[in-house]
Amino acid sequence: MSAALAPAPAHAGLAPAAAGPVTQVRVIRSEWVKLRALRSTWSCMLIAVMLIVGVGAVFAGGKPYRVSAAHPAAAAVSVSLFGILVAQLVIGALGVLVFSGEYGTGMIRASLAAVPSRLPVLWAKLIVLAGLVLPVTLVAALADFFVATAIQSARGASAISLTDPGVLRTVAGAALYLSVAAVIGLALGALFRKTAAGLSAFAAVFFVAPIVLPHLPQAVAGIAPYLPSSAGGSLWGQPLVAHPLSPWTGFALLCGYAVVLVGLAAWQLRRRDA
Amino acid sequence: MRGRIVIEIDGLTKRYGDKTAVDELSFVVEPGVVTGFLGPNGAGKSTTMRMIAGLDRPTSGTVRVNGKHYPHCAAPMAELGILLDARSVHPGLSARNNLLALARTAGIGRRRVDQVIELAGLADVAGTRSGGFSLGMGQRLGVAAALLGQPQTVVLDEPVNGLDPDGVRWIRLLLKSLADEGRTVFVSSHLMSEMAQTATRLVIVGRGKLIAETSVEDFIGRAAVGDVLVRTPEPTGLGEALAGPGVTVTSDGTDVLRVSGVTAEQIGTAACRAHVPVFELTPNRASLEEAFMQVTQDSLEYHAGVAR
Repeated sequence: MSAALAPAPAHAGLAPAAAGPVTQVRVIRSEWVKLRALRSTWSCMLIAVMLIVGVGAVFAGGKPYRVSAAHPAAAAVSVSLFGILVAQLVIGALGVLVFSGEYGTGMIRASLAAVPSRLPVLWAKLIVLAGLVLPVTLVAALADFFVATAIQSARGASAISLTDPGVLRTVAGAALYLSVAAVIGLALGALFRKTAAGLSAFAAVFFVAPIVLPHLPQAVAGIAPYLPSSAGGSLWGQPLVAHPLSPWTGFALLCGYAVVLVGLAAWQLRRRDA
Repeated sequence: MRGRIVIEIDGLTKRYGDKTAVDELSFVVEPGVVTGFLGPNGAGKSTTMRMIAGLDRPTSGTVRVNGKHYPHCAAPMAELGILLDARSVHPGLSARNNLLALARTAGIGRRRVDQVIELAGLADVAGTRSGGFSLGMGQRLGVAAALLGQPQTVVLDEPVNGLDPDGVRWIRLLLKSLADEGRTVFVSSHLMSEMAQTATRLVIVGRGKLIAETSVEDFIGRAAVGDVLVRTPEPTGLGEALAGPGVTVTSDGTDVLRVSGVTAEQIGTAACRAHVPVFELTPNRASLEEAFMQVTQDSLEYHAGVAR
């Protein structure tokens, strides 16, 4: 009844409560309302898709690729996915914003007062973010594959199909890689609470470290292949680094980083004052 | 106390490093009346309210809402609705989406969201990004959020901040009607005069400590009784009639006397007995603000001392 809480007239007795128990599914719905309604979500996704497909199309305009024993089909697809190295920053930023946006505006206090057990908020944010990033980047990676192969075959390159060895893994791997990167961004946003700090940390790990580390003394440079971006990059064949790890081992390592960071975020979310 | 609609605070303490924001605070907020939470800025009101909502973890002591530790409530939004003093909405979301996001966590539907939008007078701006809202509109949105779940307990931190006179009146009526429905209503303010018009009971804090837990009526009564202004054509005669221990009569040479130490009723009776005509008899009650200042003076002086 709208009258139940209207200023006047006053009603005797308590109106039946409108609110039910908090469940994980309800919190997921709540987080989806936020993610879907924010402009930043869609601008980040649009930019990421344009980077993936656009850079792929530009690279496809280069020398026609000849598939041979030394030049597998999957390697050509990896090169066409080069845009991921930039798109990951945009996707990571989206992940950071999921939490830092709430801390920055104060909305987190309303969110946590509504869900005082707190952890369901973290799980819900993870689920809606991954649930958005995975399908969108998968479509982008597929679009990139078809655009790039169309351009290449028009230029006389070898025909490459999704069923060629490693090709499907490379295309799907790109989307999986970006989804886990988004999750790591989210965890960093939760840990740092500030957009600038979260973004810097993400960019340092995913963009700066892989470029700087190999130029440092051997002892430090040796860990470069185990950085999240290099390890995870082995799944989609990131062309910049030599991969000592098999594709799925590297991806597992990337997931390991994500699990540790999300675990830290969960621990901190439970303990720290909001 | 299980099942009662009440806020119970027991030995609540919150320290940030060396600073003690809330110090061994204990009080109970009962349902059915509006309880004012009064204290100067920095007295620990907001910190206490954040601890009620489970946002800040007490250093020691407990808070119970309706007999339960709030973070363990199954249906939190049905138990407690809270408006915090700082903004707690996302400026990039519309008023409706801010409310809908909160509503979804408790399975509250769009109809109820539209009801509170209507109730808060935000129907015209419900679809626009709340980042452009004035302070007053932001407050209305915050109040709407607090009422979403039709909670049994409503906690509002400085709800009249930034509201225009119309909004202030709206809040007063709203609080009273919530209390009349049997809900527990706990409202903070640093303005005694505001509380006098809204609250029935008072919890007064200063420096994080409880200063008084009382009714507004008792508080005014206990505060220094003001003097009484008396206009009479025979000031000397009345002055003599009133003379007694503890009574001071001052005259400014006109027909007006200022009498303290006796009540207006006693003056009237004395004047009648002495057959002195009285034209005016005005009790000058100590204003609430003055009484409040008196009570909280110690904590204010302390703060000034620390700042130096």
